[in-house]
Amino acid sequence: MADTPLQVTGRETKPEETLSVVEVMGDAAKRMVASVQDYSLLSGHAMANIFTSPHYFQDTLEQMDFIGAGSLPIILLSGFFIGAVMVLQTGSQFARFGQTSLTGDVVSLALVRELGPAFTGLLVTGRCATGIASELGSMLVTEQVDAMRAMGTDPNRKLVTPRLIAALLMLPLLTAIMDFIGLLGGCASSVFSLRLSAVEFWRRAIDALDFADLMQGFTKPVVFGFILATIGCYKGLTVRGGTQGVGRATTQAAVLGSVLIIVADAFLTKLSLYLADKVF
Amino acid sequence: MAASMSTPVSAPAISFEDVHIGFDEGEILRGVTFSVRERETLILLGETGTGKTLTLKMAAGLLSPSSGSVKVLGQTVSEMAERELLPFRRKIGFVFQEGGLFDSLTVADNVAYRLREDRVPEEEIEPRVLEVLRFVELEDTLELLPSELSGGMRRRVSIAQALINQPPVVLYDSPTAGLDPITSQTIITLILRLRDEYGVTALLATHRLQDGFALANFHFDLDAKRVLANAQNGNATPATSTRFQVYRDGGIYFQGEPDEMAESEDPYLKRFLV
Repeated sequence: MADTPLQVTGRETKPEETLSVVEVMGDAAKRMVASVQDYSLLSGHAMANIFTSPHYFQDTLEQMDFIGAGSLPIILLSGFFIGAVMVLQTGSQFARFGQTSLTGDVVSLALVRELGPAFTGLLVTGRCATGIASELGSMLVTEQVDAMRAMGTDPNRKLVTPRLIAALLMLPLLTAIMDFIGLLGGCASSVFSLRLSAVEFWRRAIDALDFADLMQGFTKPVVFGFILATIGCYKGLTVRGGTQGVGRATTQAAVLGSVLIIVADAFLTKLSLYLADKVF
Repeated sequence: MAASMSTPVSAPAISFEDVHIGFDEGEILRGVTFSVRERETLILLGETGTGKTLTLKMAAGLLSPSSGSVKVLGQTVSEMAERELLPFRRKIGFVFQEGGLFDSLTVADNVAYRLREDRVPEEEIEPRVLEVLRFVELEDTLELLPSELSGGMRRRVSIAQALINQPPVVLYDSPTAGLDPITSQTIITLILRLRDEYGVTALLATHRLQDGFALANFHFDLDAKRVLANAQNGNATPATSTRFQVYRDGGIYFQGEPDEMAESEDPYLKRFLV
């Protein structure tokens, strides 16, 4: 067979090199399984490192500041308007039956059980998982991760575990703030658009909540924190292809992190409802 | 200080035995065997992609060979788990091609990194950092970030970082790549001082033959405190020696003394000599 201009001289094209659909899918499946394995190992090691020395407290505090305090403005702003818009949407429906006082119950249940954790998870993933992936990716391509290993430091312990601990601790706190600010937004919206009393709104909002709702609302962000930290670190530490690869990893961290959070949310909701029914 | 740098092993400080390594695109090194004696400097020459950096990374245990064995300071690093390698790597200094400095830390913190990892008391860290930064003549850059330094200065900080806990073995990955001749000379002078003052064993990857000849033909005179040419009848510091090793097509194409390299009539080697 004649060489094409792009072929290396002397190397013939083998007909069998054309891969079938089955082979292409097989290779893709193998790569995916290998990725899941690598991700599981990275996450497992990061978790195990929490319980063994040495610990990097300074790095953990810095990450808590980045993930927690750094995300506060977007949580405050989004939370207020999410609560407000919920009242506007549900209030008009309740008004048809003359039950506008129920808006407090609905906003409270929806925010604490579902919207607070999910929005916090998605917003912080958009801000922090991308930041983590780009930071670690840049460190990898500039040989800083290799330098760290060459100096006897475990990059997982130094880079992944502090980010994981920070996300596990900060996400529930941010969710609590998101819930409160959302209720505040809902209250403001109720007072000004539905002419409800603020006291009535808060009383109903608080009475509507059970222990099971709070359990559900504060278990989810812990899992979401785990997802966003480990996905961000995994994508950052597996960058291929220089600075272009860092950009790709950043996008993938945002997309994969958000999708996994939504998928995990569905399963966690089902599990929480089952446990609430059986245990509480 | 030099006394503490010597290794207790009598075997070669570094030895590679039938080492193969490859990636998806093919095998890069195919059965490489060599050794480096204590206080010897081995210059690895070769074109880009011939496996010089891979050799250094395997010696530091940052990469594992596909087959074969790599021994450093009596330990078979190719068989060690990452958990065992982490403390072992503190005996090895690694100067990365791009410096490998942490860009969010100041020069002082970069140099002190290893000591802080070892939980050395802070009052001991400061004088040691100053000492090594004085060695590379950068004691005025303590509070600067790596991005504020020139390429040559970053390379010198990297040497200081590798030197901070006095490792018996130092691996240099193209330490003069991309630098102007004067800065390159400064880096080579530092490597000479490290060899002659501290007595380190070194593997130095480069594509600049003049770096190798500078190391072979000059020495750092401890009394005169400057670089002097070696006497015609041999090396002025008999405890140290410099050898060349040239990679080509996945194997060792040439291995020998500087004189053999300089006098070779081989057309491939002559390409390096031009």
